[in-house]
Amino acid sequence: MKIMVAVKRVVDYAVKIRVKPDKTGVETTNVKMSMNPFCEIALEEALRIRESGLAKEVVAVSVGPTQCADTLRTALAMGADRAVHVDAGTANVPPLSVAKILRALVQAEQPGLLILGKQAIDDDCNQTGQMVAGLLKWSQGTFASKVVLDKENQKATVEREVDGGIETICLDLPAVITTDLRLNQPRYATLPNIMKAKSKVIKKVTPEELNVELRPDIEIVQVTEPPKRKAGVILSSVDELIDKLKNEARVL
Amino acid sequence: MAAIAALKALRKSSSPCFAPFRTTFSQSIRRFISTLIVAEHDGGFVKPSTLSAIAAAEVVSKENSISVLLAGSGPSVEKAAQHAATCHPLVSEVLVAKAEELEHPMAESWAEIVKMVQQKGSYSHIMAASTSFGKNILPRAAAVLDVSPITDVVQISEPRLFVRPIYAGNALCTVQYTGLDPCMMTIRSTSFQGEVNPDAAKANPATITQIDISFLNQEIVGKSKWLSLSSQESERPDLGNARVVITGGRALKSAENFKLLEKLAEKLGAAVGATRAAVDAGYVPNDLQVGQTGKIVAPELYIAFGVSGAIQHLAGMRDSKVIVAVNKDADAPIFQVADYGLVADLFEVIPELLEKVPEKK
Repeated sequence: MKIMVAVKRVVDYAVKIRVKPDKTGVETTNVKMSMNPFCEIALEEALRIRESGLAKEVVAVSVGPTQCADTLRTALAMGADRAVHVDAGTANVPPLSVAKILRALVQAEQPGLLILGKQAIDDDCNQTGQMVAGLLKWSQGTFASKVVLDKENQKATVEREVDGGIETICLDLPAVITTDLRLNQPRYATLPNIMKAKSKVIKKVTPEELNVELRPDIEIVQVTEPPKRKAGVILSSVDELIDKLKNEARVL
Repeated sequence: MAAIAALKALRKSSSPCFAPFRTTFSQSIRRFISTLIVAEHDGGFVKPSTLSAIAAAEVVSKENSISVLLAGSGPSVEKAAQHAATCHPLVSEVLVAKAEELEHPMAESWAEIVKMVQQKGSYSHIMAASTSFGKNILPRAAAVLDVSPITDVVQISEPRLFVRPIYAGNALCTVQYTGLDPCMMTIRSTSFQGEVNPDAAKANPATITQIDISFLNQEIVGKSKWLSLSSQESERPDLGNARVVITGGRALKSAENFKLLEKLAEKLGAAVGATRAAVDAGYVPNDLQVGQTGKIVAPELYIAFGVSGAIQHLAGMRDSKVIVAVNKDADAPIFQVADYGLVADLFEVIPELLEKVPEKK
């Protein structure tokens, strides 16, 4: 079986972002970019499945500008076998278009499993995995915190983090799985693996070559800073706190 | 222009004779608005998060004709349908998909049902709450209908103009939906808590219609099976809707110490939340995590004990009305958003609070 993993290049999770003064978006030039944390978890899970002998090959794919190749190189250094970069230039590619690109790649590569992160920490959409599953008419296991594959019966048992607790479902393969934080602890790429990754192949294609039309149906009007909270006060005792909550904030 | 103004006036009166004009003036004049709510129910009642979605539908248009879609099995879905029919004056129709295999919400069957209902009803909007249910189902349904959904809407300015947080709530993005109908979205329930006059709603219960689900394609929906749900039974209020939330971070040091927080929560009538660090350390189950990837809460009072205030945690609680932080570290970022801060050892503060806080129902 082949596993395909979709990875996204985003502003590093620890960066305090700045909204551009012209309100067109968030400053991304000269800002540290990294692989989306949930994508790292998705890749780690795919690698573990391959290492357990249930899969032969892990293909990492990314959609976005030229610099996405760096993110894919990281994926290769972590252990992916090869990578596909769908170069969409500087265009903003919404989840529906990414899902259509992934569908085209799935149809070309025929993986038995497609793993994605549950959401990208920049747009916070939490859509792409569900959408590609819908387009492919595959079953979906979203917000996975545990994945057990049954190769013989071509099934995956997935534990999902849902609002009320943990839900367990069983999916026929091929399936789409999106990863939650607690699925695993991603590995670091070692130096020898980073060197080795340089000789691995990143295939480049364009959305046009995949016959996917980028048709944005959501227009970003403006991006602004959230309202600032007014400065708080530091209190000296529990008594003072209770008094403030009772008489000033009136929440007790 | 005069004709357009006249038509606008006509639309305001929500006269049904407007319908034939729809196609001719699709862009310059907004068409009649009707919303489908993808509803979640539990124990015979529509969930509070779904009621927030209905409140959001009212914000889209005061003349919205709202249909509520429920799926499930047994008497509980029937009872929930009754509740849906009387929960809001704008709800005009309740659609019920009833079958054994719909007892547990699976995205595969829900997406097909939403698609079929949309093809019949031609709704202008389809909405759900941003719960794990809504986030699982709505994007799949949107893909099947070939439209882009909008996640986690916190403000509705016009029927197709929305505000949603991005980058863990550190920026607000205003988006215009320019695609074809339906305009699909999940809404953040803490941002829409409309007051509903129960008498007005009950005077005119909506019609309840059963949906024929024989169209469900087994080749798609038979591919996934629900096996089990393990949940922590708790008598405290639900984290997403609680009036008071108290959370603990890594500084609580153990699951045992979290019991201290629970005691305090009991006294305050509060829900207990946690940071990722506390969940990862195994102090509490993951469904108590508050933050960008956990629950988003906006209670009247939020008290954080031993929480440093990482970006990802703030994303889940920054809209709380009053924030209290108790932390030993005076430089912890949580103090930058706290209304009241106490630089102290939480193991001394919690017992003192337990003693001095007035009892709450």
